[in-house]
Amino acid sequence: MNRFDYIQPASVAEAIAAVSEPGSVYLGAGTNLLDLMKIGVSRPQRVVDITRLPGLDRIDWLPDGGVRIGALVRNSDLAYDERFAKTFPVVAEALLSGASAQLRNAATVGGNLMQRTRCAYFQDLGSACNRRVPGSGCDALGGQSRLHAVLGWSEHCIATHPSDFCVPLVALDAMVEVEGPRGTREIALDSLHALPGSTPEQETTLAAGELIVALRLPAEVASFADNARYLKLRERTSYAFAVVSAAAALEMEGDTIRAARIALGGVAAKPWRAREAEASLAGAKPTAEAFAGAAELALAEARPSGANAFKIELARRIVARALNFALAGTPQEMPALPASPFSTNPGAYHVA
Amino acid sequence: MSPENAASPLQYGRAGSNAGQPLTRRDGLLKVTGRATYAADNHPDGVLYAVAAGASIARGRVTSLDVAAAKAHPGVVEVLTPANRPPLAHDPDEKMPPFGFRVDVLQDDTVRYVNQPIAMVIAETLEAATEGAALLDPHYEVESAAVDLESGERFAPAAVGVGAAARTAHGDVEAGLAEAVRVTEVDYETPPQYHNAMEPHAVVAEWDGDRVTLDMPNQALALSAAAYGAYFGIPAENVLIRSPFLGGGFGSKAILNGPQILTILAARMLGRPVKLALPRKQMFGPVGHRGRTWQKLRIGTDGEGRMTALHHHALAETSTFDDFIEPSANIALPLYAAPAILAEHEGLRLNVGTPGPMRAPGAASGSAALEAAIDEAAEACGMDPLAFRLANYAETEPGTGRPFSSKTLRECYAEGAKRFGWSGRPLEPRRMRDENGFLVGWGMGTAVFHCPHFPAEARATLRADGTALVETAGADMGQGAWTALAQIAAEALGLDPSQVEFHSGLSNLPDGGVAGGSGHTASAGLALHKAGGDAIASLAELATADAASPLFGAGNIGVVAREGRLYRRDDETRSDSYADILKRAGRAQIVGTAKAARDPAVASAYAMFSHGAVFAEVKVDPDLGQVRATRLVGAFAAGRIINPRLVQSQYYGGMIWGVSFALHEEAVTDRRTGRIMNADLAEYHVPVNADVPSVEAILIPEEDAHVNPLGVKGVGEIGITGTVGAVANAVWHATGVRVRRFPVRIEDLVAGRAAG
Repeated sequence: MNRFDYIQPASVAEAIAAVSEPGSVYLGAGTNLLDLMKIGVSRPQRVVDITRLPGLDRIDWLPDGGVRIGALVRNSDLAYDERFAKTFPVVAEALLSGASAQLRNAATVGGNLMQRTRCAYFQDLGSACNRRVPGSGCDALGGQSRLHAVLGWSEHCIATHPSDFCVPLVALDAMVEVEGPRGTREIALDSLHALPGSTPEQETTLAAGELIVALRLPAEVASFADNARYLKLRERTSYAFAVVSAAAALEMEGDTIRAARIALGGVAAKPWRAREAEASLAGAKPTAEAFAGAAELALAEARPSGANAFKIELARRIVARALNFALAGTPQEMPALPASPFSTNPGAYHVA
Repeated sequence: MSPENAASPLQYGRAGSNAGQPLTRRDGLLKVTGRATYAADNHPDGVLYAVAAGASIARGRVTSLDVAAAKAHPGVVEVLTPANRPPLAHDPDEKMPPFGFRVDVLQDDTVRYVNQPIAMVIAETLEAATEGAALLDPHYEVESAAVDLESGERFAPAAVGVGAAARTAHGDVEAGLAEAVRVTEVDYETPPQYHNAMEPHAVVAEWDGDRVTLDMPNQALALSAAAYGAYFGIPAENVLIRSPFLGGGFGSKAILNGPQILTILAARMLGRPVKLALPRKQMFGPVGHRGRTWQKLRIGTDGEGRMTALHHHALAETSTFDDFIEPSANIALPLYAAPAILAEHEGLRLNVGTPGPMRAPGAASGSAALEAAIDEAAEACGMDPLAFRLANYAETEPGTGRPFSSKTLRECYAEGAKRFGWSGRPLEPRRMRDENGFLVGWGMGTAVFHCPHFPAEARATLRADGTALVETAGADMGQGAWTALAQIAAEALGLDPSQVEFHSGLSNLPDGGVAGGSGHTASAGLALHKAGGDAIASLAELATADAASPLFGAGNIGVVAREGRLYRRDDETRSDSYADILKRAGRAQIVGTAKAARDPAVASAYAMFSHGAVFAEVKVDPDLGQVRATRLVGAFAAGRIINPRLVQSQYYGGMIWGVSFALHEEAVTDRRTGRIMNADLAEYHVPVNADVPSVEAILIPEEDAHVNPLGVKGVGEIGITGTVGAVANAVWHATGVRVRRFPVRIEDLVAGRAAG
C-alpha cells in the first residue's frame, strides 16, 4: 500500500516546512488529488492537509477596489459572492460552468489552479506519459486525441489544462500570491502554468514547497464588468470539460472598443491569453469583421496535435461568439445555463 | 425479502381495482432514506474482500505476476492465479445453457481483452486487496490485437442476439430494389456502449458446507442459481441468491461473469465469506456491453413512396471467443410493409469482452440506423417522414402475414404528432430558427419492441386474518416490479395492495422468470395472477360447500373476489369474508400455486410487439455545432397498463437513454492497445438532467386479447428505440447535415457545413 503521512499543519509556515520533504503534496478539497491517488497516478509519501489553515478562506476587498481571494475559498462561495459576481461576472460564469454543483461546493480556488490535466493517457498507468513519467513518451500522440491541445503543444505532450475558472482569470491579469521556503512572491497567473516544451512534467512555475495562498484581481479590470462573457462548448450540459472555451471582455467607449481581453480554454496546457487578438481590437469598432480578425489572430499559431483540427475552427468561432456576447452586454443575472451558447435567456437560476 | 422486512407496507387508502392505479413504489421510502440494502451493503462476520487484477493488454499472455509481493502485503490472504485456481465443475470455455457465455476465470494465462481478470487478490480489507492487486506487476507477451474493422475477422454467425435468426428473407430484395424508382443506400455506425448501472456488479458469497448464499444484484434468479450450481458442482437448490434491490441492471445482471464466479470460488477455498464490488473501470470489459455495429441499409421506394424492398445488413462486433451479435438488422422485420425484406448479420471478432444484452439489444442500435435511414428515404421521396411511415404501415406482420396480437401504432403516431405539433413542420431542413437564432429541427422515429414471455411460477397464500402473502422470485431493478407485481397479485386476490405482503428477490421462491426482454411484468405477473386465482378458487370451494356460508350452494353460479370478500356472482347481497370462510373451515391458510407460460399455438399465430412513436426537437448552434435536445414526446401502446406512473418512468428512462445514444454515449478505444480510454463516469458521458429539459410520454390505450391473459406487453426497452433516430433526424432537420455515426459530435456538424 502506498502508505503516506498525513499532516495537518496549524499555519502556513508549518505547512511549507512540512511539504519540504520530497514526495510531499498539498491537499485542498482533494477533488482531483484523491482521484489521482486512487488510480495510482499520484503516490505521495506525505500529504499536507491545508484545509484547516486559518485565514485562507476569505474574500477581501482591497482599498483600491481590487479583490484578494484566499486559496481555500470554495468555488461555489466565490461564484455566489454578490459583489464578486457583479464586479467580475465573467469569472463567476466560468466557475459555474465547471464540474458539477457538488464538486464546486467542495473545490477550492487554489486547487482549481493546481488541477492536473484530464488527458486519458496521463491517467492510464499503462500508457506512456512524459508528464507522469518524464522521458517515457507520449501515447496521446497518435491516440484518441480529438480533445487535445492545438496551441503550445510539443512532441512531448499534447495535454490541455482543464480549468474554466483560469480562463477569464488569465484574461483579467489575475495575480497569484505564493508563500514558500524563500518567502513570499507573486506570479502573474499567465506565468503559473507552463507549456510542455521538452519538460512537460514541470506543470507550473512554482518552486518546490511553494503554496498558493491567494489570488488577486486588480481593480482596473472591473472596467470590463458590463461587457464580459465566458462561453464553453461541451458535450453534455454539466459535468463535462470544455471541447473549447473562451472568455471575452470589452471596455467600450461609445461604439468603440477601448480595450479587449480574450483567453481560450481547452486548447493548450495553460489557459491561453490571446494578446495580439486583444490588441487588434483596441480602438476598433465592434464589427463582425473585427471579431473574426481577432479570432484569426488568436488561433494564428494553432495546429492540430491529432484528430482535432476541428477544434481550431471551433475555437475561432467561439472567440468571435464570445466577443459578440460580450458586446451584447453582461446579463443582469447569471444565465440558467452558465457559459452555454444556449444561455441566451438570462434570468433563471442556473440549473447545471 | 420484501419491503415489509424493513418498513410497514404503505397504506394506499383506496378500494376497487388495483391494477391500472398509479401507486408509488412500495420500496421507494426505503430507497430514498438509504435503508434499502444492496448486495455490497452486506457485511457478514469475517468477510474478506476480493479485488480482481485486470489485464492492461488486449491480446497476449501473462508471463509473470509478482504473487510473492502481493502475498507479502499485510492483510492479503490469498492470490488466485491460473496456478492455484481450484477446479470448477463446468468448463468455463463452454457456454452455460440457456444463455450463459464462456467466462474468464483464470483458466490459463492468455489474455483476450482489456480488463480481463488475470488474478484475484483476497484480503482482510478492501485496501489491502486493492494494494495486493497493484503489487502483482504483471508482465505480458503482447500480441497484436484486433480492435477495429480493419484488424477484426469477419464471420457468418449461426444466430444473433439470444437465439434469433441471423438471416431472414421475405421476398426478393434485389428484384424489389431493381423495380424501385429510388433507392436509398446508407451506412450507419453505432459505438460500443457499457451498461454502467449505478450499482456496480457485486457479490457477497458465503458457504456453509455444500450450500452457498450469494448476495448479488441479479435479473434472473432461478437461472442463475442453476448456473452457479453447475459451476460449483452442487444442486441449484443449494444456491441461495438474495437480490432484494438492484441499482440498475439493463441486461448485464442476467448474465454470469468471471469476477463473481472467482469470488464465490475464493469463498469456498478460504472457508470465509468474500465480497467483491467491481470498481467502475472493471465495468468496462468482463461484464458485457452493447457491441459496436456497422450497418448498411438499402430502401427501394416506388413513385408513391411505398417501399419495394428493405435490406438491412448489420456487422456487429463480438469477442474472439464467444458470440453475442447485436441483432440490429432484425428491427427491419416487424415495422414496415415492404414486399421484400432481407435482414442479415455478420460478426466481427475483436479483442473485447463478449458483448451481451443491453437495454433493447439489437433494437436500440438497429432502430437508430433504420429510423434514420427511413428519414433519408422519406427525404428522397419528398415526403413528410410521418406520411412516409404511414404509407408503409404494416397491417400484418411483413413477410409472414401473421396478424398482430394488437397494434395501435397509428394512434401513437396521431396522438404523438398532435401533442408535439408535428403538422407545422417544414419538409426541408434548416428552415426553422428560434428567437435567438438557433437552428431548430424536428425528427421522429417509430418505436417497437417484441413481447417475450418467460415461464414463471408463483405462490399465493391467503391467511387466517384475510390478508395474503404472495411469492415469486422476481427482480426489481428500479423499474417497480415489487409494486406492479403486487398490484397484479392483489387484484387476483380481491385485496388491496396494502393487505398483500409480497416476497420476491430470493432464488428459493417460485421461479419468477427473467427480468429482461421487457417481459417481467407479463411473465411473473401472469404466474401471480394464476396463483391468486388458484387460491381464490380453493377458498370458493370451501365457502360454497359450507352450509353456514351465505355462499352455500353457489358453486355452479360462481363468486367474485373483491375487497377481501367473496360475492355471489348473481346476487351481491350475499357475501362472505375470507377470514370467516377460513375460520369456519378451521384453516390457518389457503395456498394457491401456478406455473405460467405462453401458449405456443398463440405464439406462432400472432406477431406480438409493443409500438410507439417518438418525436424530438433539437436546437443546434449554427456556428458552434452544439446540439441540445429540447423536447421529446413519445406515445406508446403496450397493452394493458398495470401502473401508469411506473410505466411513464420506464418510457422516460428509455427516451433519455435514446438521447444518450444519439448525443453522448460512447466507449472510446485506443486503436493501438484496445484499452478503453474513458472507462469512468466523468468521461463516459450519459446525460445530466439539464440535457433533457422536456420529456413527455403518452400512454395510448390498447387491449390485447392474445399476448397473454393479462393483456400486458412490455415497456422496459421500447423507449430507447425510435428515440435515437428521432433525435438524429431532428439534427438533420435543423442543420441539413446527415451524421451517420453515433453519437453525433460537434465536429460532425461544424465540418459538415460552413458557418451561418
